[in-house]
Amino acid sequence: MLARQANGAIASEYQGVTVIAIVDYKAGNLASVKKAFDHLGANTKVTDDSQIVSKADKIVLPGVGHFAATRALGDSGLREAILERIEHGVPFLGICVGMQWMLASSEEAPGVNGLGLWPGECSRFPSGVKSPHVGWNSLTIKNGSRLLTGVADGEFVYFTHSYRVPLLSSTVAACDYAGEFSAAVEQGNVFAVQFHPEKSGSAGLRILDNFCSV
Amino acid sequence: MLTKRIIACLDVDAGRVVKGTQFVNLRDAGDPTELAAAHSASGADEIVLLDITATHQKRATLIETVKRTARELFVPFTVGGGVRTLEDASGIFDAGADKISINSAAIADPSLITCIAQRFGSQAVIVAIDAKRNGIGFTAFTAGGRQNSRNDAVEWAKEAEGRGAGEILLTSMDRDGTGAGFDCELTKAVSEAVRIPVIASGGAGSADDFVQVFREGAADAALAASIFHFRVSSISELKRQLLTAGVPMRYPC
Repeated sequence: MLARQANGAIASEYQGVTVIAIVDYKAGNLASVKKAFDHLGANTKVTDDSQIVSKADKIVLPGVGHFAATRALGDSGLREAILERIEHGVPFLGICVGMQWMLASSEEAPGVNGLGLWPGECSRFPSGVKSPHVGWNSLTIKNGSRLLTGVADGEFVYFTHSYRVPLLSSTVAACDYAGEFSAAVEQGNVFAVQFHPEKSGSAGLRILDNFCSV
Repeated sequence: MLTKRIIACLDVDAGRVVKGTQFVNLRDAGDPTELAAAHSASGADEIVLLDITATHQKRATLIETVKRTARELFVPFTVGGGVRTLEDASGIFDAGADKISINSAAIADPSLITCIAQRFGSQAVIVAIDAKRNGIGFTAFTAGGRQNSRNDAVEWAKEAEGRGAGEILLTSMDRDGTGAGFDCELTKAVSEAVRIPVIASGGAGSADDFVQVFREGAADAALAASIFHFRVSSISELKRQLLTAGVPMRYPC
């Protein structure tokens, strides 16, 4: 069945095929994220256009760098498009800053509002440890999840971040670096990871593949 | 807990890996794509590609090499060598690198660090420092180790951090190529002076050298090139030995 779209070009190009929109809001490089999904055979569309995001079957919000960069999501209509899609039940995956944005705020950028889906604030690592937290650290599985199906407790994944999300009721995996923080969160159709699955070898590809399957 | 990283480095000249000629079971031991894939499969936590080409065709060849190498790599991939501007960095990120490493250009104009970090994130910017002992401390050198910058290496590392560098890649010029072990005193001096992670480089010869640089040198990661070009299984075996010696490692890998 041909999906009726406002933009006819999109309908004819992606007829019957699941399209994953990778949101580009100029928060760092997302080539690796696209590459990983393409490698898994997914159909991806890197876009900064809220209209395209509004019609996506799945959404990925990457993010490397500063929480303040998420301001761009508010300026462009992307925030509304993403929120609407999430409320509509569309699978959404936030990566790194993309995960942090699910909270209301971050100590990194006072005054910049996150989406506020989850309670709390992103906080910096305490003094006494190197920051950013860079490298391979292990996941402590807290609860079963669709996102982490087939991922073993203790599996190593790659992190690089200076701020972290506290443990939430919807946390499915934690990581320990100067205390436990949320490594992966899953709540209904909203999924988020602090680490970079596109840089976490086969374990990371497994996680992205699980997202392709939900 | 956070593990220490073992990073494999490929020195590339005009699209071919130099010194990587003793690898067995590879169709082409000089091909960066094949070597990077082999090291990753063997357990390398990250791959660094350093371009040492001196010709005019440098940029185009490097971009092609980065694209091909990045295609099948799903671990962090850093590219360095001749990155002079934001535009250079941008092209390399577009080609598939996750991080870039800058050395001489950063010393010449430290604002370049901030410029790239603001656009791509501090996590994507590594400042590489080539350091040599000078009797009382350590001096940073530029231009492939040929020019004395007159900057104290530790002070320069602190400034680079302040400007937005995400990590420091510290090479001991005294130890590089000797196989006599890393310069742990240099590494510790820099590692204790900055909050950002420090990658030790220069002098790796044995598993014990790695144990020393993580313990005495307080390094967060260690990088080596020729030591890994001998056997496909060497990184995996190295990590097993380090884990046995009590160093946190991503192993099995």
